[in-house]
Amino acid sequence: MIELKNIEKSFGKYQVLKDISLNIEPGKITAIVGPNGSGKTTIIKSILGLVKPDKGEILINNKSVIKEHLYRKDIGYMPQVASFPDNLTVTEVFNMISDLRKQSVNGNANLINILQLESEMNKKIKTLSGGNKQKVSACIALMFDPKIIILDEPTAGLDPVASANLKKKIIEQRDAGKTIILTSHIMTEIEELSDNILFLIEGKIVFDGTLKNLVELSGQAKLENAIAAMMDKDFKWN
Amino acid sequence: MELIFKIIKFEFSNALRSKWILFYFSFFLILSFLMFNFEDETGKAVLSLMNIVLIVIPLVSIIFGTMYVYNSNDYIQMVLCQPLDRKSLYFGLYLGNAIPLALSFVVGILAGFIFTGANTEGIAPILILTINGFALTLIFTSIAFLTAIKFSYKAKGLGASILIWLMLAVIYDGLILFVTYFFRDYPIENIILGISLINPIDLARIFFILDFNISALMGYTGALFNKFFGTSLGVLVSSGLLILWFVIPFLFGLRSFNKKDF
Repeated sequence: MIELKNIEKSFGKYQVLKDISLNIEPGKITAIVGPNGSGKTTIIKSILGLVKPDKGEILINNKSVIKEHLYRKDIGYMPQVASFPDNLTVTEVFNMISDLRKQSVNGNANLINILQLESEMNKKIKTLSGGNKQKVSACIALMFDPKIIILDEPTAGLDPVASANLKKKIIEQRDAGKTIILTSHIMTEIEELSDNILFLIEGKIVFDGTLKNLVELSGQAKLENAIAAMMDKDFKWN
Repeated sequence: MELIFKIIKFEFSNALRSKWILFYFSFFLILSFLMFNFEDETGKAVLSLMNIVLIVIPLVSIIFGTMYVYNSNDYIQMVLCQPLDRKSLYFGLYLGNAIPLALSFVVGILAGFIFTGANTEGIAPILILTINGFALTLIFTSIAFLTAIKFSYKAKGLGASILIWLMLAVIYDGLILFVTYFFRDYPIENIILGISLINPIDLARIFFILDFNISALMGYTGALFNKFFGTSLGVLVSSGLLILWFVIPFLFGLRSFNKKDF
């Protein structure tokens, strides 16, 4: 469904993505993991068209999407740091995006409810806490019932209840046949949620497969240890 | 087109609630009210206003515009994740920023004029003043957008904007003075004329003065302009160049925006 072919991207002298080719399996949750600065967010942003790759192709449903914009109506995105126009209220932001997408909101009440946002709906964005902004962002990513959901560190900054509810929601979406890409530094979360794992180190994919394969390959018992072992420079990839 | 209007609408409602816009509006309202109240001749009041407008509008537009782009960075990212093309977003952001600024100025000045019940002898100069202020807002907002999109770092971009304003509003006059003095023995009129074309603030001043037709206040470049083009052609050339000063930075800004990584 989502395919990247030989993607390269540099910011100045620093090459962030080195010849990345990958396939994201439809109907599954794919986690992109890797150390800080390994290019996780750049991959996500390339798929969204926020970052323009220097080389390569990105295909969604076998159509090239570089220079396109309409394909994004099928994507819901939750960025790492959420930000909206300060002077608008939460309701106004929701209406604004709904208006821009020309899509009506699906199951929004339920989302607002499970993320405990009811009391925040008429507050201005600038008065919201960081966690509440993240919740607004999560709502936006999910509320148009998109086929592809991209979540960049979705639970960072959320309280435990909201975090648990959001994870439940993510699994529900996967079971409903959605394709989900997420990044996270919380290993238990990746273990809980993901079907497939993409492991990036310094802009290269070093592992692309299922969670189980990764753990087996590393020779460790737990994912956390497996990832830590693989981040070690001396790790031998066979 | 529909998307552009939607973005403008949102930016508008956002801007109208911002204290800065209110402050900017009140500034021109009070200024205009005071000028027309205490100055007997409408013409003189308009001239004093023009001198303030030539300094304040470029400064406020360029700083406001630059800050606006940096402050909207996350918002731009959010909108770009929606099925929207960058061109519409750029147009929407630009107009959503420039129009509230320009309107605050126009409405402030005109309201001040009307409140004082000023006599109507000077309606034409006031109209020219407002057109000029409007044009300067558009021009300096488009320069601001270009600067902010070219520089990734806020401090650098803001510094560059202030430097551009300083060059055009202050240092430029000194430069003209220096060149005319230093090369006073040479026929340099055409060179000076050429230099005046590269400064939108000077062009706006010339445009205003030519329309107003007060040769004593034309200044050196204004007089040259008048001599070279005559009044009506001078107005045409200066307004044409002002339009270029808006279009060129705007298009370069749009091009950079289309390529930019967020």
